[in-house]
Amino acid sequence: MTAVVTGQIIGAGELKRLSPRFWLARQTQLALLWGPVFIAALVVALIVNVSSADLLPVVVALIACVAWFVERGRYRAWGYAEREDDLIVTRGLMFRRVSVVPYGRMQFIDVTAGPIDRAFSLATVQLHTAAAATDARIPGLDRVDADALRDRLALVGEAKATGL
Amino acid sequence: MSAMPPPTATASPLEVGESWRRLHPLSPIVRFGRVLIGVIVVAVPSIAEQQGLHRDGGLPISVFVYVGLLVLGGLGGVISWLVTRWRIAGGNLQIETGFIRRQSLRIPLARIQAVDVIAPLSARFLGLAEVRVVSAGRGAEHGRLAYLTAAQAPVVRARLLALAHGLEVGTPEPAALPLLHVQNGLLLPALLMRSQVLAPVLIAIAGIAAIAAAPVVGAGALGSAITVLVVSGLGVARAFNEDFDFAISEAGDGVRLDRGLLQRRHETIPYGRIQAVRVVEPLFWRAFGWARLEVDVARQSVSREADRDAQQVARTLIPVASREQALWLLARVMPDAHPNPPPDAGPPSRARLKAPLSFHFLAAWFGQRYVYARTGRVQRSTIIVPLVKVQSVRLKSGPLQRAFQVATVDVDTAGRRWQASARCRDEQEAVEMVRHISERARLSRRVPPPLPATPAPVPAAG
Repeated sequence: MTAVVTGQIIGAGELKRLSPRFWLARQTQLALLWGPVFIAALVVALIVNVSSADLLPVVVALIACVAWFVERGRYRAWGYAEREDDLIVTRGLMFRRVSVVPYGRMQFIDVTAGPIDRAFSLATVQLHTAAAATDARIPGLDRVDADALRDRLALVGEAKATGL
Repeated sequence: MSAMPPPTATASPLEVGESWRRLHPLSPIVRFGRVLIGVIVVAVPSIAEQQGLHRDGGLPISVFVYVGLLVLGGLGGVISWLVTRWRIAGGNLQIETGFIRRQSLRIPLARIQAVDVIAPLSARFLGLAEVRVVSAGRGAEHGRLAYLTAAQAPVVRARLLALAHGLEVGTPEPAALPLLHVQNGLLLPALLMRSQVLAPVLIAIAGIAAIAAAPVVGAGALGSAITVLVVSGLGVARAFNEDFDFAISEAGDGVRLDRGLLQRRHETIPYGRIQAVRVVEPLFWRAFGWARLEVDVARQSVSREADRDAQQVARTLIPVASREQALWLLARVMPDAHPNPPPDAGPPSRARLKAPLSFHFLAAWFGQRYVYARTGRVQRSTIIVPLVKVQSVRLKSGPLQRAFQVATVDVDTAGRRWQASARCRDEQEAVEMVRHISERARLSRRVPPPLPATPAPVPAAG
């Protein structure tokens, strides 16, 4: 539904997607998490002499597969659009959200990059308004794109700034 | 003592000038008074107990420890008073305090949003009052002048307000137009009739009835009902103490609230800070046609104890009033706001299964200037958000909502308490709502908000 809904709100085709490297970064994260778990399950299955223990690596692999599919869905759900007066961010696979944040309401913009993000030269742009509930976060942007987006947002934010 | 004297710029010999001033010499006693009571509450039972244990004459050591603590505390209070000074100079309210860790607070007068005068019970005994300055901006600090004399406080307040608005130093506080006064005879029954009080009463009655039928089960139910009753009774007492003699009046910069039984408060809610208003009608109040108005104001989250104390201001616009009066007051604060939903404001009937309890009153709609969201079954509450104050708009839908083809539209403000949440809207309608609300919010930001209209006569209590 998300694509349909955002299409209705912003007009189809305007939605920008995240960098494909973000999906690589996410897969790396998944591998870093599930790899050791799978190895541990394998070791347990080899050491413990119970027949049902052999199932353990299979179960872990299945869960990891499900996690991979969920993660891919979440990656595909992310999107953002810079419109004339506001920024739209869409996210979420099960719990879908479409946030509309006017440029005039932005108080400050964060650009952050964790270790994995840096390895893939990615960054997260987060917009803050005076409302604590505003959740306009765009992860997995190319570092250059993120900086450019931040500068653009800061510029329009300044031009359209309004008080509380 | 019951009310603070009216602010007069000439009656007091106070010169608020460039020179540094101390707080009132009795202020350590007021500040120290709370500590004293606390120590006595802890010390007396423990000393009495110890004397019961060893009756060998002489005072137990703990007495000396407690007396030592008191002397240290008193000394600390006096030193803190000695090193605290304040002045209004260079466009700032400057407060310097701290003996070991020196702290210098500068509050730009132009950023002052409200100046409150608060008189706790102990301060009222000594004829003192506290001036509290609320200033704007993220991470801005709030200034406290605790304590000045009860005559000085309104003068300082008037002077700060005048300077904050760029007026002459001697300008008296603008006259406030009285709007409504809540009769204490109405406040008490209204507080008692809130469902969190009546529910345990009903349970207690049911418990007494059950004792007659089945003693063992009934006694247990009665016991827990009495516990809840005591807790809610304390809540009623606190609310009564806070909202006693509640009067609301209107000045050029905002609405003034005067309230309190033991602790008198004299506060201002600036119009510009009001992010949302909520009309609350609890179950039993609806039978009498009563309502209460609450406000949500923009405020920063702060961690310091003193600042957190300063946050506890003005959440209630009127604790109880007839619905007509409440709506009239609402129109004063938010012109042209009509909290009665149009016929098509309800959710689609299939949402009855999704939200079986709140479905009855669930509604959301928007006009040219406000977004409205109503919910609640026992306690009907309508949140009204001016489109000018909208920070962001969000459409949410979970798996269950998608099964019912409904979605939620959240409208965020800079307030800390609520967001207008339009639940269970039809998916298509939700999309339209997001589009229209964000569009109208954008347009309304360009037009400056109109000033409140001239006052209409107060409707008689219904």
